[in-house]
Amino acid sequence: MSLSSRFENIEMVQHLCSKLLEGREVPEETRHWILMAVREAVANAIKHGNQLDLTKNVHVEMDVVADTLAICIRDEGVGFDPAAVGDPLAPENRLKTSGRGIFYMRTFMDEVRFRRHPDGGMEIVLKKNLSAIEKKEGDPA
Amino acid sequence: MKTNVREVGGVQIVELKGKITIGSGDVQLRETINKLVDSGKKNILVDMHDVTTIDSSGIGELVGCYTSVTNKGGKLKLLHLPPKINDVLTVTQLITVFDVYESEAEALASFKS
Repeated sequence: MSLSSRFENIEMVQHLCSKLLEGREVPEETRHWILMAVREAVANAIKHGNQLDLTKNVHVEMDVVADTLAICIRDEGVGFDPAAVGDPLAPENRLKTSGRGIFYMRTFMDEVRFRRHPDGGMEIVLKKNLSAIEKKEGDPA
Repeated sequence: MKTNVREVGGVQIVELKGKITIGSGDVQLRETINKLVDSGKKNILVDMHDVTTIDSSGIGELVGCYTSVTNKGGKLKLLHLPPKINDVLTVTQLITVFDVYESEAEALASFKS
């Protein structure tokens, strides 16, 4: 799906992701952090990717394949170098007002990949292995 | 997000309710704190009890408010952190930056020391 660069659309993407997880035994806690990672990725695409330009869209695909949740979010901006984003845990960055979104994505998901899309814009792919969570949750104590 | 400010013993207690997320609450938080700082209020206690969600933008604003108050010679402390917000502050190690209290009375007393 393609969405305009409005922050209001973040919750729509979160809602759709939540619906995709329905029926799976994903603990509420894990679900919360997945949705937070999704929020950060869409917010990143709207703010830093599309620079709030309403003529640019954010493209979102999500699916569960072989027990892995995969979410692909692409903006129509000029792209950026993820490696250039400072480590928010470094003492010199601790009190900065930005730069934590990618860190949260990496903290809460199993895999986070960035690439410049051939059609333009930056693409972020977030992955979470749900079977590992469900198995762990279902294991006898 | 809704905000309510009340004063107890010279401390401004800023009660936040709802979401502190990008485009919804983050700027409001900054404006509320800046207004207090600009009017000479230096002791600020932010009550997070009714905050339902905070994202990296909201965390950034909270850090910005902390820096702004501290630079003016004031103190900004946090009260009643919900568990998930505590977790978010913990993973970014910001929990070591803020003074966090579970009791309003204890928090208020800390401003006197």
